[in-house]
Amino acid sequence: MPTQSRSIPRIFDPHIHMTSRTTDDYAAMYQAGVRALVEPSFWLGQPRTSPATFYDYFDSLLGWEPFRAAQYGIVHHCTLALNPKEANDPRCTPVLEELPRYLLKDGVVAVGEIGYDSMTPAEDTALAAQLELALVHELPALVHTPHRDKAAGLARTLDVLRESKLPPERVVLDHLNETTVGPAADSGCWLGFSIYPDTKMDPDRMVRILRVHGTERVLVNSAADWGRSDPLKTRHVAEAMLAAGFDEDDVDRVLWRNPVAFYGQSGRLRLDAVPAGERLFAGNSILRGGE
Amino acid sequence: MLSPLASLRAGLERRLKPEGRAWLRQALSEATDVTEPAGPAGLPRWELHFVTAGRRCGPAPHTEGGAPDPVDAARVLILHAAAPGTDALVRLYGKGSADERRAVLLALPHLDPPPRTARALSLVEDALRTNDTRLVAAALGPYAAAHLDAHQWRQGVLKCLFTGVPTAAVAGLEHRAAGDDELARMLEDYARERTAAGRTVPEDLAYVLRLARFEESRDTPHPPGPHRPGPDPSVPDPSGHPPPAAPHRRSQSRSQPRPPESPPQSPRSPQPRSQSPQPRSPES
Ligand SMILES: [Zn+2]
Repeated sequence: MPTQSRSIPRIFDPHIHMTSRTTDDYAAMYQAGVRALVEPSFWLGQPRTSPATFYDYFDSLLGWEPFRAAQYGIVHHCTLALNPKEANDPRCTPVLEELPRYLLKDGVVAVGEIGYDSMTPAEDTALAAQLELALVHELPALVHTPHRDKAAGLARTLDVLRESKLPPERVVLDHLNETTVGPAADSGCWLGFSIYPDTKMDPDRMVRILRVHGTERVLVNSAADWGRSDPLKTRHVAEAMLAAGFDEDDVDRVLWRNPVAFYGQSGRLRLDAVPAGERLFAGNSILRGGE
Repeated sequence: MLSPLASLRAGLERRLKPEGRAWLRQALSEATDVTEPAGPAGLPRWELHFVTAGRRCGPAPHTEGGAPDPVDAARVLILHAAAPGTDALVRLYGKGSADERRAVLLALPHLDPPPRTARALSLVEDALRTNDTRLVAAALGPYAAAHLDAHQWRQGVLKCLFTGVPTAAVAGLEHRAAGDDELARMLEDYARERTAAGRTVPEDLAYVLRLARFEESRDTPHPPGPHRPGPDPSVPDPSGHPPPAAPHRRSQSRSQPRPPESPPQSPRSPQPRSQSPQPRSPES
């Protein structure tokens, strides 16, 4: 392993689809400082045609993928849900009846990704039902904001959230950008930003948002999946923050303590597997790379 | 002297924090309560405790080396107390996380009444098909030692060597491997393949081979020192293993392949062990 001469941040990626990533990615993420992550269940690119394929997918997020992550020193948790896109397919919606049993599992730290894709009545139903599931399972909710018609989608999401009894501090609104961060912040929800190579956010724009809105309730993720994406974007944001004058404590807050606080509301985060004494950025002792 | 489960419980209680201990006692006392479903999924109470054990009785400080994982132990105790029928057990495994599945496998030899053998074996076989080394290790416990057929058991031992599971995890290894010529052949072929590729031979292989060739007394303790799995369990990675153990002498003869034969000084077994599953006492 090449020896790095400078300290590296400890990173918790709160939204990444490792099912679509390789073992090289796991190794590179560990080298970059990633020690924990949350994998939300989502659309796999190829439409599903039956509920049973969801259960195999959920089983993978509760079995094989945590095992794979552990081989590379990374703690894996997941969020489970019927995603907004497939909430429109009646062949898939029976998943909602099986979700209560899955949401009990130890590795599940939120209900998600839920939210809107095309803003249909079926999506209204699935979103409201799954916010209710988060409430009764005492879990947070990871709410995806739509890629198309984002501002209107966020407004409608906030309406549904107000009607649910789920308190805003139990909700993260994800894939935010410059145009949606204002109303999202006003709602009291956590603010999620996905950093992508071409679309969504980039590291420098992320830093500008952090300058204006501060680091409170902000989660930064790579949302890396089967599309053009980069699992090291969290680290790139850390670098951009330091270059812009944020200090190591700010970086640790955004990239470690904030996701721990948000998902910690589930009572199910197991970070004891992160080696004791390995503080990376946090505190006074700073682990050097190249161990 | 305590029964295995009584000492499992005593050891677990010592390692739990007070709130974990209180939860365990409640879970065990409610294990036979079938009056009303509990929790947001409406499960039987014992099943809710079984599923949520990971966040109720962990993490305990890992002070005792070699002690069973506390969550595994709690789940095995709950299953034993609840005594689910075979149908419930199969459902629990099928709808379980990897951790829950492992607990079902670990509980198999302890259940009273015992599960129906064919269906319980289907769970063992399912686990042996995975590449999750913790499932593979749990599958090769005393239940497999007693019931798994010879072919699948040998494949399981070989899979341990492939994926870096210490063969110390294989229950009844000394007994079942002794005099197993077919296992010896498979091990020698594997060692030859590794050596031909310029790779190290897993250090446990020589020991199991001596057992299979009757060169190792059944009373000889298993060599200590588990080796950790390599980074990718699906690929045998020499870097994941400690310095190579001395390969079996036959594995070094790459230039002149010969049919398997016993080394000259090895006393050949006069009566090789039967290849069929051997009856065991179920209380193992
Ligand atoms: Zn996503």
